Amino acid sequence: MSALVFIAWSIAALTGIALLAAVAGRDIRASAPVYGACLAVSAAACIAALAALPAGPVALHLPLGLPGIGTDLRLDALSAAFLVIVDLGAAAASLYAIGYGAHEPAPGRVLPFYPAFLAAMNLVVIAGDAYSFLFGWEAMSLASWALVMAHHREEANARAGYIYLVMASFGTLALLLGFGLLAQGAGGFDFAAIAAAHPTAGTASVVLLLVLIGAGSKAGLAPLHVWLPLAHPAAPSHVSALMSGVMTKVAIYGFIRIAFDLLGPALWWWSMPVLVAGALTAALGVLHALMERDLKRLLAYSTIENIGIIFLALGLALAFRANAMPAAAALALTAALFHAFNHMLFKSVLFFGAGAVLGATGERDIERLGGLIHRMPVSSACFLLASVAIAALPPLNGFASEWLAFQAIFVSPALPQWGLKLLVPAAGTLLALAAALVAACFVRAFGILYLGRPRTAAAEGAHETDRFSLAAMIILSALCVAAGLFPGVVIDALAPAVRLLTGGAMPVQGRSAWHTITPMAGASGSYNGLMIGLFVALVTFGSAALIHALAGRRTRRSRPWDCGYPNPAATAQYTAASLSQPIRRVFAAIVLRSREVVDMPAPGTLRAASVTKTIHDPAWDAIFAPLTAAVGRVAGRLNQFQFLTIGQYLGLIFALLVLLLIVVGVMP
Amino acid sequence: MIGDLLLQGVQMALVLLLAPLLTGFVRKVKAHMLRRRGPPLLQPYRDIRRLLAKEAIVADSASWVFRAAPYVVFAATWVAAALVPSYATGLVFSWSGDLIAITALLGLARFAQTLAGLDVGTSFGGIGTSRELLFAALAEPAMIMITFTVALVAGSTQLSAIAATMLTYTVGLRVSLALALIALIIVALAENARIPVDNPATHLELTMVHEAMVLEYSGRHLAMVDLAASVKLLLYASLLACLFTPLGLAPADSGIAAYGLGIGTYVVKLAGAGAMLGVFEISIAKMRVFRVPNFLGIALMLGFLGALLLFVSRSL
Repeated sequence: MSALVFIAWSIAALTGIALLAAVAGRDIRASAPVYGACLAVSAAACIAALAALPAGPVALHLPLGLPGIGTDLRLDALSAAFLVIVDLGAAAASLYAIGYGAHEPAPGRVLPFYPAFLAAMNLVVIAGDAYSFLFGWEAMSLASWALVMAHHREEANARAGYIYLVMASFGTLALLLGFGLLAQGAGGFDFAAIAAAHPTAGTASVVLLLVLIGAGSKAGLAPLHVWLPLAHPAAPSHVSALMSGVMTKVAIYGFIRIAFDLLGPALWWWSMPVLVAGALTAALGVLHALMERDLKRLLAYSTIENIGIIFLALGLALAFRANAMPAAAALALTAALFHAFNHMLFKSVLFFGAGAVLGATGERDIERLGGLIHRMPVSSACFLLASVAIAALPPLNGFASEWLAFQAIFVSPALPQWGLKLLVPAAGTLLALAAALVAACFVRAFGILYLGRPRTAAAEGAHETDRFSLAAMIILSALCVAAGLFPGVVIDALAPAVRLLTGGAMPVQGRSAWHTITPMAGASGSYNGLMIGLFVALVTFGSAALIHALAGRRTRRSRPWDCGYPNPAATAQYTAASLSQPIRRVFAAIVLRSREVVDMPAPGTLRAASVTKTIHDPAWDAIFAPLTAAVGRVAGRLNQFQFLTIGQYLGLIFALLVLLLIVVGVMP
Repeated sequence: MIGDLLLQGVQMALVLLLAPLLTGFVRKVKAHMLRRRGPPLLQPYRDIRRLLAKEAIVADSASWVFRAAPYVVFAATWVAAALVPSYATGLVFSWSGDLIAITALLGLARFAQTLAGLDVGTSFGGIGTSRELLFAALAEPAMIMITFTVALVAGSTQLSAIAATMLTYTVGLRVSLALALIALIIVALAENARIPVDNPATHLELTMVHEAMVLEYSGRHLAMVDLAASVKLLLYASLLACLFTPLGLAPADSGIAAYGLGIGTYVVKLAGAGAMLGVFEISIAKMRVFRVPNFLGIALMLGFLGALLLFVSRSL
């Protein structure tokens, strides 16, 4: 049985689980079996996808779906790479949910949609024609919408679900138009036919912009990101992890499939909107994350930042491909795919950690937590590891992929176009700025959440989460370490997909001594995660052991020193807001128009003093607020038509009839 | 192979052993300029020995992060310093990390240090961490842009290869390199908590960034933190030396005499850098905290301009 048939069967199996769960899902006892079955299917599919990575493309035609058209499925190296991301993330989330889902207050609203969501994401990645792609895409949107609305009685969730639905329909509309243009030239909806028929440059450019909007809105690309920080946190935590870690990657798959595969040869300027959107998304996402006090929203904003990095690398790959520089294009595309894989790993761990905190304390507000490291030792260690990874610090995996992205920027002066020469260094600066701000963001998140002293009774009474959740977190954290120490293995595994799309490949990393990675032949730099990791670990433990052996390890516990005036009140600690206040003042005052209003009562008044902080999302202010206001105005005007007399209605119908007759008469 | 490892070992030992001496030398220069006698040159070594012998006092609310951080900070800083060519290029482990990796290793050290600042849950730890994060948010991208600039001139991000290129003199005078030099000096001052960004010699509330962060440390933990700070100062001095005055660096596979000469010139260069830092520090005033972003913004802009000039001049 080929891998494609196996994946098709696993989609069928997941659909079957969803149907069973729809029958039995109201009972909380169904939770563990449903998630267990999802875990088994996803893990098997992940292994099948891994095996299919080096294999050539396989196609399969199923007589399911619309009569006469059926369903085309296709599995090539790119699909296989994204299948690994999807199914590994799905398996980890299912394992986590075996424990976490046991506390679900409304299992009937989660259990049927969860397997359906997994099935839909798998279907998008192996779709071989536009029909099944869009069908899977819509199923993915609807299933995840249902999961966002699982706790629909909270007002914020209902609003999030509404905005998500509108944005998802908008994105699908853009994709639908794009596929329509492509199919017109190809004479069919089959991907093979579309790829064989190269559209004209004009059509291809329009399709590229439509795909950037359609896939970008699903991935969270600025300025279409506004739904993401509302919707991702609203879902149960394991679904948040799937939406942030996996569904955004499916959107990126959609972009790569169309922009790199179906559209044929690239024009150089295609890379410019992608680069600009990517760089701005990265900077905007991390600034928002730094201002956020809701843990899950913070993580959602950080997802936006990572999507920006991935799109920046994809933009570079497009530029290199258009200029016939296959080796450089391969480097940039590898950086994008590697970062997509990495982001799935660490963002899942972070959301699992947030879920564990939520389960233990009922709190998502980091300002009301603190000191959890003492009560949740294992999950805090995993969260710390994932924080180091997402902050792109060596020796973990986040650094390896960002290093590749920086190396790709380093090759880019060879690009001949002036627009790119001026744009790429600016994008590189924003990338470097975002990388530094991410480190600050996760010092803040981990420091306020887990370190210090508990700020509320809820934080004081926290307890470690269950062992299924811990197992999922530990497995993914271990993979973060492994991918960081041996980045060459991941790069080599991605090579077939990269070769398929760029025609070039990075040097085979497996052959280099000591697992050093080199970005291109004629090495312009090299990095060895294993060596750096070993050295840092050796020196850390070695120096500690040496000092303990020679100088002793006498330790005394006492009250904090704090320059002689320690304040025992937990509220005297730095808060998340105060910690990021300097960054807010320097960066966010301009970008997010953050303002602070201090209300200090005059001496003698008994009123409490207060500080009010406001933040504005530029995308919301510039695009969405005017848009909703305009829709509201038009709707208000049209509302008048509800209150006409019968004579006026008849007059209106008559006028319309005359107008239509004139149109028919004028048209040839 | 043994010889290669030995040369690498010499490099690692050299940066570790010379680091406190450089710190002591800067203090001595500053004291002399102020007509004071100042502490002996070897005082930093004595401080470290004395601190190591003392018992460590750890706050009740501290977790394992607080106790592990000094060792992680020290390890990351030392490994980063060992990757910067001091007396020779082409050492055996020099390929394991480039200038981006060195910057990121210092980022790892900062990550651990800032977390430790938050661990006890005191207001001073928080204020130091908060300011350090702001400075890092500007200094790190500036460092990356400097990396781009020098790497584009030399055709490699590998520090050893860059130094070897600079050594051959074919580079000539470049505007980009001058911009990178100024930017790197600004970054070095900020990263090492020197005047005008921070003052390493005081415990005054207004000047506290680095010192506030490590306020809770004592005994062996403080010794590691201080040693790491010294190594970091030496790292930036070596970086400036190997990029902009590579004279005397022994090329790969040279004889014992070249290595000896390399070590000699390295010590002279460090002394020069230390003397300049001392003179600079006593002739300038400390800035307000919210002036620092402008100061570091200059470094970021210069780094960006340097890189941009090189991007554009490729086709001219």
